[in-house]
Amino acid sequence: MTSWIEIGALDDIPRLGSRVVRTPGGNIAVFRTESDEVFALDDRCPHKGGPLSQGIVHNKRVTCPLHNFVIELASGQAVAPDEGCTHTHPAKVENGVVWLSVRQAAAVS
Amino acid sequence: MLDKVTKQKLVVIGNGMAGIRTVEALLERAPDLYDITVFGSEPYGNYNRILLSPVLAGEKTVDDIMLNTVDWYEDNNITLRKGETISMIDRRTCEVVTEAGERVPYDRLLIATGSNPIMLPLPGKDLPGVIGFRDIYDVDRMIKASTDYRNAVVIGGGLLGLEAANGLMKRGMNVTVVHLLDTLMERQLDPVAGGLLRKSLEERGMVFKMPAQTQAILGEDRVTGVRFGDGTELAADLVVMAVGIRPNFELAKKAGLYCERGIVVSDTMQTYDGRIYAVGECVQHRRQTYGLVAPLFDQAKVCANHLAMKGFATYDGSVTSTKLKVTGIDLFSAGDFAPGPDKEEIVLQDANRGVYKRIILKDKKIVGAVLYGDTIDGPWYFQHLRDGTDVSHMRERLVFGAANLGDGGVNGQNSVAAMSDETEICGCNGVCKGAIVKAISEKKLFTLDDVRAHTKASSSCGSCTGLVEQVLAFTLGGDYSAAPKVKPLCKCTDHSHDDVRRVIVEQQLKTIPAVMRFMEWKTLNGCHSCRPALNYYLLATWPGEYRDDQQSRFINERVHANIQKDGTYSVVPRMWGGVTTPSELRAIADVAEKFNIPTVKVTGGQRIDLLGVKKEDLPAVWADLNDAGMVSGHAYAKGLRTVKTCVGSEWCRFGTQDSTGLGVKLEKFMWGSWTPAKVKLGVSGCPRNCAEATCKDVGVVCVDSGYEIHFAGAAGLHIKGTEFLTKVETEDETLEVIVALTQLYREEGWYLERMYKWCDRVGLEQIRKRVVDDIANRKALFARFAHSQQFAQTDPWAERASRGVDRNEFAPLAELELA
Repeated sequence: MTSWIEIGALDDIPRLGSRVVRTPGGNIAVFRTESDEVFALDDRCPHKGGPLSQGIVHNKRVTCPLHNFVIELASGQAVAPDEGCTHTHPAKVENGVVWLSVRQAAAVS
Repeated sequence: MLDKVTKQKLVVIGNGMAGIRTVEALLERAPDLYDITVFGSEPYGNYNRILLSPVLAGEKTVDDIMLNTVDWYEDNNITLRKGETISMIDRRTCEVVTEAGERVPYDRLLIATGSNPIMLPLPGKDLPGVIGFRDIYDVDRMIKASTDYRNAVVIGGGLLGLEAANGLMKRGMNVTVVHLLDTLMERQLDPVAGGLLRKSLEERGMVFKMPAQTQAILGEDRVTGVRFGDGTELAADLVVMAVGIRPNFELAKKAGLYCERGIVVSDTMQTYDGRIYAVGECVQHRRQTYGLVAPLFDQAKVCANHLAMKGFATYDGSVTSTKLKVTGIDLFSAGDFAPGPDKEEIVLQDANRGVYKRIILKDKKIVGAVLYGDTIDGPWYFQHLRDGTDVSHMRERLVFGAANLGDGGVNGQNSVAAMSDETEICGCNGVCKGAIVKAISEKKLFTLDDVRAHTKASSSCGSCTGLVEQVLAFTLGGDYSAAPKVKPLCKCTDHSHDDVRRVIVEQQLKTIPAVMRFMEWKTLNGCHSCRPALNYYLLATWPGEYRDDQQSRFINERVHANIQKDGTYSVVPRMWGGVTTPSELRAIADVAEKFNIPTVKVTGGQRIDLLGVKKEDLPAVWADLNDAGMVSGHAYAKGLRTVKTCVGSEWCRFGTQDSTGLGVKLEKFMWGSWTPAKVKLGVSGCPRNCAEATCKDVGVVCVDSGYEIHFAGAAGLHIKGTEFLTKVETEDETLEVIVALTQLYREEGWYLERMYKWCDRVGLEQIRKRVVDDIANRKALFARFAHSQQFAQTDPWAERASRGVDRNEFAPLAELELA
């Protein structure tokens, strides 16, 4: 079952930018693309744990600020030839409001 | 996706490196545009023809050199018709005709038929045992002959002939090389280097007969020997003809396409029939034909661009370099080294070490290089050759290579061949030689960019780039490492930094999307490389007008602090000229305690660094520092960082001028300015140079009679002393020259190009002319810098700490307490 939590207004996230949602399980980075889609990922690069929320967003990807790993926002996968994957969470926008469904990572890893 | 019926049909004649490289490049750009059929006479997938020599020498197998297996064609929906030869092109009906008579229609046709070995028209040339050296079939026959027979004669002392001879010798045959001229590889080498090469091959057991003209090949059922012009004869069971290659354009010529020494193509790789393209060894472009691999790759890229209907790339010809693939012999040659009245030469010859280097200069630029014995600097010379760098300022040291110019690799290691697999090549990312070699061979990498992407070697600081290129050349044995002559800004575009800067001005482009639209960016929002570059170019071109795009800035410049490995930040307040006060120090101490800042450290630029600050604390930390009168030190910026000073005449018994005061004055005038890369200054009060001004981007050394201005130094990745720019008499003049110099750099530098690299590229004299000699220009540059400072000198900390700028940046969007 997906339980959605309202986390804020779309306009509070800059286009091609990101904001952080704090959770007891660690930060989640919520990204906004140029076309106002939103994506949520754990705020940890699979490479060395860099905060993805601080990276440059381009199309549906973000570049980690520490060592330039590029991560696909939709899947959390590192863009080849880099390898690794960041945990993703469902996110959506309805009437200018951003909703997040936190998927516990523990079950996966 | 378009289905096969509606897709256009692309037919490729030739399943070799040039044709398939074009197809690969096309698939990258427009994967679904064409229904592609490839015809190849040989019964294989695409293989690396350059590596036939190591296969012959038994150092590699045929499987090792396969580039695209049959599966690759299937995976990409390409119809591969191997073992099928095209016998005719019917341009009227737009069809190709196979030998079996089948007609296959095309909308676009790509001819990549390569070349054929030249078989001399000698009596006996058709005897069994007489072969060329061109494909796997030839290599198979040579390997077979080496097990059944003893004596081989190779006709031709060029690159191909010597590689064939070396391979046969390794297979146990007695090999004699016959060469028409008295210099081996005369197209690549001068007589001295040719002689050194001959000597070292003779030591390995190779026999030479030169100069000698072959008159006939002897034998009845099979070759038994050769006869020369002087009447002498030599016994032979195998004769390899390796006198050269000839572009294979019969098919094109029969189809009525205009051919001279090859199929004549335009800068867009089109033949005289606009539907028909041609690439590779079969073409003639601007009167040149090419038999090496790097130009083919350049051509493939341009051709693919047009086939993909992107229509803007042009091929301007290539400069090539050569490396002989004989294990243990280091030889490199590039460019034009024939003597001429307008050329100058720098020669180093050390017979005992077996080293010979000859660099040929014309108009202050490298136009050719021949290296024997020590080829580590080959790629470095080649880079300068292709870039057309003005090398006059390093002329006296040029022949000793990059290492002697502070441009060398790791720990002075510079012979890749001699390195063990465990030797670390890339010190930033800890990549060893073995890992790079493995990635190159297993993943079929060809270019520096490929290696960077797959291994991370040379992808951080770049100081090992030369070594990585060497590993590439050493592993592939070819000239693959050739980077394009004009480097594109990044992978999102084919345009160079200079093009982008020029177009921004010419077209009055004032936003990043406008630049991307006008210059046909290949990606939707660019990437982390091009967006910060474009943001800088727009900011520097339109001060006060362009609205800085925060989302196109690297995080450090967005939050005005330096991100650390754990995601915290470091904060460095400005200390003008490195001077501080008790109250500032007290405020810094208070801030460190109040916010539990774990580390307080003095930096190399005479500042105090507070490390480990949490992002959400940044505005409050800044507010406290602002209250004590301190502003951002821009320690994170591609901009003016620090002005380091010594105490000068105010205190020092040796000081000649007020170096501290001058440093403060410079810093107060220049702080806040954005530049292509970081800029650090130093001002020393006397030639003892305690502020280490002569390894800074700009340094002033005070003397009794005035101020010496130096620039283009570095003490990081590279160690480089500054260049002397000029000497002036007053502080005001010093400020004017330094500001004008910085403004010129701001207007011409490529993003992330440090001042010393810019100076290398543009040339010291060029810069001096515009900043020192042309006083009107100097004043104009100064005025433009001053104008842009009106908009730049706002403390970014104060804006965020008390004026609420970017408030969202520092606070979380939400805090969730999950069950």
